[in-house]
Amino acid sequence: MTNLIPPSAILIIGALFVPFIRGRLKSAYMLLLPSFVFMTLLNMPEGKYWIVKVLDYSLVFGRVDRLSMVFGYIFTIITFIGVLFALKVKDDLQHVAALLYAGGALGVTFAGDFLTLYLFWELLAIASTFLILARRTKASQAAAIRYILVHIFGGLCLLAGIVFYIQQTGTAEFEYIGLSGTASYLIFIGIALNAAIPPLHPWLQDAYPEATVTGAVFMSALTTKSAVYVMARTFPGTELLIWMGALMTAFPIFYAVLENDIRRVLSYSLINQVGFMMCGIGIGTHLAINGAVSHAFCHILYKALLFMAAGSVLHMTGKIRCTDLGGLYKTMPLTCLFCMIGAASISAFPLFSGFVSKSMIVSASAHEKLTIIWLILQFASAGVFHHAGIKVPFFTFFAEDSGIRTKEPPLNMLLAMGIAAFLCVAIAIFPRPLYDILPYPVDYVPYTAAHVVGQLQLLMFGALAFCLLILSGYYPAEMRAINLDTDWFYRKGLSQIMAGITGLCTWVAHICEKIFVRILPERLAELSKKPVSTLAVSYMKLSGKGRLALEEFRKQTRPETVSLGPMGLPVFVSLIFLISLFVVFVFLS
Amino acid sequence: MKKELKIFDKPRNVKRFLGGFYVSLVILLITDFFIHKHAEFTWEGIPEFYATYGFVSCVLLIFIAKGLRLFVKRDEDYYD
Repeated sequence: MTNLIPPSAILIIGALFVPFIRGRLKSAYMLLLPSFVFMTLLNMPEGKYWIVKVLDYSLVFGRVDRLSMVFGYIFTIITFIGVLFALKVKDDLQHVAALLYAGGALGVTFAGDFLTLYLFWELLAIASTFLILARRTKASQAAAIRYILVHIFGGLCLLAGIVFYIQQTGTAEFEYIGLSGTASYLIFIGIALNAAIPPLHPWLQDAYPEATVTGAVFMSALTTKSAVYVMARTFPGTELLIWMGALMTAFPIFYAVLENDIRRVLSYSLINQVGFMMCGIGIGTHLAINGAVSHAFCHILYKALLFMAAGSVLHMTGKIRCTDLGGLYKTMPLTCLFCMIGAASISAFPLFSGFVSKSMIVSASAHEKLTIIWLILQFASAGVFHHAGIKVPFFTFFAEDSGIRTKEPPLNMLLAMGIAAFLCVAIAIFPRPLYDILPYPVDYVPYTAAHVVGQLQLLMFGALAFCLLILSGYYPAEMRAINLDTDWFYRKGLSQIMAGITGLCTWVAHICEKIFVRILPERLAELSKKPVSTLAVSYMKLSGKGRLALEEFRKQTRPETVSLGPMGLPVFVSLIFLISLFVVFVFLS
Repeated sequence: MKKELKIFDKPRNVKRFLGGFYVSLVILLITDFFIHKHAEFTWEGIPEFYATYGFVSCVLLIFIAKGLRLFVKRDEDYYD
């Protein structure tokens, strides 16, 4: 190994110098960093490098095999595209955070042991939080706090799982675990949270739409896909993942149909796409794992492309809701074109990248005869086209003219989108280079007549449904509203539980006050004043003698005296007696 | 300022676009009879299975989503 610096360190250390460089040199420097990482990756043969001994453990910063290399390549490519897209941003915080974030993702990818993994896992969470904070609005700050809290919870689950795991197995090696025992479940929950597996998903659709225009591009690529990588390594072939993945593909599309904020629609469709990958990992055959990994590769490109297109619209118009937009194809035709390429790719149209990767997962489910899963995946495929493929471009660039007149975003943004769009199409037309870097040998042919026609039918007739429903007015109108998701439980539910607990405590305090401050002292006072009649009356009440007998009793007995005389005298005498006893014992004995 | 694109402002163009779309659907339906299918599941062999499934899925999707909206829709300042 000739290179002394791990790929993640190039970005992390490189990021620290960004604030000290100015002007064009800064742009060149930032673009050089990912390029340099890419060169490093090309010269890294398989093996384990950069091993540091700490106490009894060896931290491995460079475990290179086929699985980690694919993710290494795509994370580096998207970092380059993201940096290019963000080149004109005059905010060093964002640049530094984005590069640290990408460094974290590469660190996770090449980590060879769980402790190193955990280290970079937390770096991912912290660095990405700054990409939300950097938008500097009230909503983004609140979202950032929720985001980091949720990720701290996930990180702690992962850490607890790792500690248990090392305790049980005596090794920290980051390899296959499989779902059995507390340690594995804790690790699973930690990874699942970052992969946005429901019900641990709402941080994603909560935070990503609040991130900065350029920050969201990095976020859409790195956090969930590094979790996909870690899941593919530790839990391939876990049946639970098949079902969770299928659920994940299906439920977000309903929300995506209703959602008004374009970047939130994209967030939901992101969850849906990661669902396909989880399903593939769960199936666990070579075809399925290849499918999941290649889908992650393609997904990063087209999802970033869609986030860049939506970001460009937000950047140029300041608006991002379906209800505010429309007719932008007139003034942003290139952005519109790139958005449509992204939309076609996510929908897995033939000749667009999703087609060559997603179909591997769907085919794998068919090979394993997973009937229900296959049906759900096909349903989700049609649904994706419906919301991400048609709704996003339609309501942004077409639909009713909103009257907004703007222009194309700056050249660097267009270039970044152009590169991503080019790759989306290139991968679809020449899938071989991608297939060649996948973890297992590929003998899959995506372009068969049956597959192409079947997929086109599925998508086009989905589009027909959209068309007919829009024309007939049955399509749910875009509304200025939000839709409740599971984040309700910690955003509202917890405060309501708190209110409930407070209410309960107040009630208990109230009852106690009534008993111990009012009723009991009153009764005791009465008893000490009129002991005989009080006891007699209580006895008669208890024995159920009735009102008449009570009155008879009151008439017959004369009222008890209230003076202290009769009771006080014996007490006084007893006191004198006790004091004299005290004096005798203490002083005379 | 560059000249704006206005192709979809003319109803005639929208009609042409939709016409092209419907024609492509019909072509897809016809093609289905001429291709060799290697079906993993028996129903994949049924003529126009994918077209039906795609259409029905999306209609169901919309109606379920409309139902879902009744339960989950809140004002934009709900969490503030």
